[in-house]
Amino acid sequence: MKIFAFFVALLTGGVLIYGVEDMPGWGDPNSAPSLHVSPRYIEKTIEETDTPDMVTSVLADYRGYDTLGETTVIFTAGVACLLLLRRDNQ
Amino acid sequence: MIVQYENVIIKTICRLLIPFIQLFAIYVIMHGHYSPGGGFQGGVILGASFILLVIAYGLEESRRRMSLKALTIYASVGLFIYSGIGAVCLLMGGNYLDYGRLPLPLSSIPTIRAMGILGIEIGVGIGVMAIMICIFLGIASYETGGENG
Amino acid sequence: MVDYLISKYNYWVYIFLMMLGFYAMMGKRNLVKKLIGMNIFQTAIILYYISIGVKRGGTLPIFMEGAPRAADYINPLPHVLMLTAIVVSVSTTGVALAVLLMIYRRYKTLEENEILKSIR
Repeated sequence: MKIFAFFVALLTGGVLIYGVEDMPGWGDPNSAPSLHVSPRYIEKTIEETDTPDMVTSVLADYRGYDTLGETTVIFTAGVACLLLLRRDNQ
Repeated sequence: MIVQYENVIIKTICRLLIPFIQLFAIYVIMHGHYSPGGGFQGGVILGASFILLVIAYGLEESRRRMSLKALTIYASVGLFIYSGIGAVCLLMGGNYLDYGRLPLPLSSIPTIRAMGILGIEIGVGIGVMAIMICIFLGIASYETGGENG
Repeated sequence: MVDYLISKYNYWVYIFLMMLGFYAMMGKRNLVKKLIGMNIFQTAIILYYISIGVKRGGTLPIFMEGAPRAADYINPLPHVLMLTAIVVSVSTTGVALAVLLMIYRRYKTLEENEILKSIR
């Protein structure tokens, strides 16, 4: 079982290494994630929300609905943990 | 598993450190606008201060300070503040979570949006603190008969 | 060839960490070791996403003085998305540990082959 797992991991690593040549280089300002909506968040964060910290303004204002889903996820995890670890005493 | 050690050094150092850790956590939540931080980070630091109390003083001593019923109320209140602010924005005629329509007596719309961000970060901080302590207490009270109530 | 290997060195590190976690999830027999492997895998993914947003000559994504230009600050979007990923990772680890405690209470062991033997 361990030999089989080792070869599967090696094979997956080989496929991933083959796919690296399309990835952007280190520190490229024209790579795809920094192009479409992110310059708008950087340039308009002071005049639309009065917040110098761009990470908080994107997390809580521009993408506030995702943060609501994330808070629900951690609330559900806590409830599930309490429900699983309860013992009924007479 | 977490029994009470008779160790003066650990108890004294924890008693001195815990108020400063909580003060730092509240600072991280409130200064999410101007420095790295925000709701999640400050909530986890607040939860860690209570876990330090449990490690130093044992499980029974900290049950008296923060009972399980209070923790579930804190978690629900945290999530309720977040959804409540969104619903108030909906009642005032805007979209859901559209902070520009909150009825605050401030000067301009960007300032009202900054206050909306602060409100939801407080809600997230309280909720995350309660859940971190809940998960730890649930796993730590395994040998003493599990969670009751 | 050597230039290509050195310029993309961060991807080799992430692939190595990912395959380490992947092998631990499949090859180990103890259930807690499988859980730690899943945690290593998630950490490698989070590191990979954050490294995409770096720009040469950029600084922290906090507004300094002057007019904001997009080339002066690094990309804040991967940091925001990875905050959610970290919270999901913590929640999954917490619930998985609770399930492991219930398994130990029921079967009195945490080895995978002994549990499978006592189920059949």
